[in-house]
Amino acid sequence: MNKVLLIIQREFLSRVQKKSFLIATILTPLIFPILMGGLIYLAINEQKSVKQDVVRVIDDSGRFNFTETSRFYFVKSEMTLDKAKEDLNKSDDFGILHLPEFDIYNPTGIAIYTKSNPSLTMIGDLESSIKNQIEDMKLKESGVDPAVLEALKTSVSVRSINLSETGVEKESSAGLSFGVGYAGGFLIYLFIFIYGAQVMQGVIEEKSNKIVEIIVSTVKPFQLMLGKVLGIASVGLAQLLIWIILIAVLSMAMFSFFGLTSPSDAMMDQVAGNMAQASGDDFASNPKVAEMMEMVNNIPFAYIISVFLFYFVGGYLLYGALFAAVGSAVENPSEAQQFMFPITIPLIISIIGLFMFVLNEPNGKVTFWLSIIPFTSPITMVGRLGFGVPAWELALSMVLLVLGFLGTIWFAGRIYRIGILMHGTKVNYKTLGKWLFMKN
Amino acid sequence: MENIVEVKGINKSYAKHRALQDVSMNIPRKSIFGLLGPNGAGKTTLIRIINQIIMADEGEVLIEGERLEEKHIQIIGYLPEERGLYKKMKVGEQLIYFGMLRGLSKKDSTEKTKKWVKKFEIEGWWNKNIEDLSKGMAQKVQFISTVLHDPKLLILDEPFSGFDPVNANLIKDEILELKEKGATIIFSTHRMESVEQLCDHIAMIHHSRKILDGSIKDIKSAYKANEYYVQYKGSLNGMAADYEVIENEILGDDFNKSLIKAPSTIINPNQILQELINKVEVHSFIEKIPSINDIFIAKAKEKSYE
Repeated sequence: MNKVLLIIQREFLSRVQKKSFLIATILTPLIFPILMGGLIYLAINEQKSVKQDVVRVIDDSGRFNFTETSRFYFVKSEMTLDKAKEDLNKSDDFGILHLPEFDIYNPTGIAIYTKSNPSLTMIGDLESSIKNQIEDMKLKESGVDPAVLEALKTSVSVRSINLSETGVEKESSAGLSFGVGYAGGFLIYLFIFIYGAQVMQGVIEEKSNKIVEIIVSTVKPFQLMLGKVLGIASVGLAQLLIWIILIAVLSMAMFSFFGLTSPSDAMMDQVAGNMAQASGDDFASNPKVAEMMEMVNNIPFAYIISVFLFYFVGGYLLYGALFAAVGSAVENPSEAQQFMFPITIPLIISIIGLFMFVLNEPNGKVTFWLSIIPFTSPITMVGRLGFGVPAWELALSMVLLVLGFLGTIWFAGRIYRIGILMHGTKVNYKTLGKWLFMKN
Repeated sequence: MENIVEVKGINKSYAKHRALQDVSMNIPRKSIFGLLGPNGAGKTTLIRIINQIIMADEGEVLIEGERLEEKHIQIIGYLPEERGLYKKMKVGEQLIYFGMLRGLSKKDSTEKTKKWVKKFEIEGWWNKNIEDLSKGMAQKVQFISTVLHDPKLLILDEPFSGFDPVNANLIKDEILELKEKGATIIFSTHRMESVEQLCDHIAMIHHSRKILDGSIKDIKSAYKANEYYVQYKGSLNGMAADYEVIENEILGDDFNKSLIKAPSTIINPNQILQELINKVEVHSFIEKIPSINDIFIAKAKEKSYE
């Protein structure tokens, strides 16, 4: 056991002391707040200095009215369409909206002429505005009082409240849950790939540099593999920890720079990343910020972070061991390609499943199975966390994950112990199978 | 305990081929023991078994009379045929790490590393990465990593292949010095000629079987064919009928050089010389001592007829 610790220590130190580790660890969290800060800065500036574009409206029937928006200013024009088209190229106007005479029960021929392509949002806004006005006309025609019409207009917003088993009500946000699940699941996916590849490279390095025979004359191959996998895990955890702290500090600095106060700094630390994602660009101008903060406060961070860490480590162990087995079977990274397939497939299924099923239907059947099976659970269960997971499902998934990684470590160890000492043999899946059952 | 290692009835086979068949041998304490045989004979397999890298299918290995176990890692130093170092690790750190893997404490390992680095005059390289070292330097580091923890038993697999001549000599000297200090050295090689000057005991492995072992002296005298090189003036015609001339070379001026084989009943060289003196004028008389290589070839042939 002592020697495993020794190996873990070497793996950890040799990686942490590298310049590339320092750079990646410090720059990555910088990039995120800088990007976010930049976006907020741009958004604020744009709102201050936005130049409204002019849209000339040629309304042949004279029945329509358009109110200006933050982007567009509508001017009624009495010109003919042909004349207006000619003028458009000479002017700075954005475009011409043409509403010909039409039967309100069959509105056709409405068109917008522009120099540059209008955005989908703009077309959508125009369509709904015209649609509303036509509907109003129809209602008026059928004799509805304009005052009643005004009173009909309603604005609705649905609050979502989680009722916990103990009966405590908590305001939740589907967007926020989505953000937590998305970010968490994706982070685990990246971590497994990045650090799994490091395990593999480390094993290949030892094998191709021929160090391995010296090492395995002092420790069991299994101990060496375990030490490597755990050593690299500790590098990953250290990196994650530094990121959390850096992101928290930087985000706080950034929020205070833009004059946003958070209700609970401690909570902010941990969720800064996710929250920003969920609330988006309109963070600065949104009057509902306080409400958001309330919801942020309602997320059980201690719970989410500890479960996240469990799946983070468990998922890594499960796949890290397999990466080590692949590394042991080959002489150089390019040969490893052929054995990567069975490892990448479940990971890709997990990430596709996360987007297709888990985040859309956090309580669906597919989601359930994805988050129970150990090969997909690390990514998908974390995806569900924000939405709330029944305790028994979580427990089952965790137990299976532990069994899963014990299984893959055993399996990988069988291949590894033979593979690292094999040189110059052509290896395929059949040989791997033989190694699995070969005696020591 | 006279033998530091006893190998008893080892069998080992891989998927389709038998690597070792019923191999037994004793390695005397404080000897330099040569494990000989062509490539692929099974030497490395045996060495790996003694190093606990792989396990024998049958048989056992005793070290100082005890069955092989984890604690023996500490008293063994191993230089494999396929050897290497961590390229991106510093010389000092790396040696300390290897020492600790062999069971030294960090303090001991550091001290011993310093001692060896000084002895090999590479103190200036302490903080250099291996990848920045010349090949010869890296070989020195490699050798230090093997002997760092003062092993009682040093196992060197093909130690002279891959080392440059300067380092090979250095290692030869170190081997002799370590032997003086009481270590036992096992080394394997397929180059038989490198063995004669160094080893005092050998074992030959051929096609996964041990075909011969013992002290070099015993083996050589056992394989003496009672043959002598003679340079003389005159003619050997009329020599006793049970003498045989194997080779003959005419040197001119009535001088000849012959290889003669005496009958096995005559074991005293003086007797043979007497026989010769009666016939010719003897200028030189040397017993033909078989080389290890000759013995190996003879033995391998003999075994393949069985």
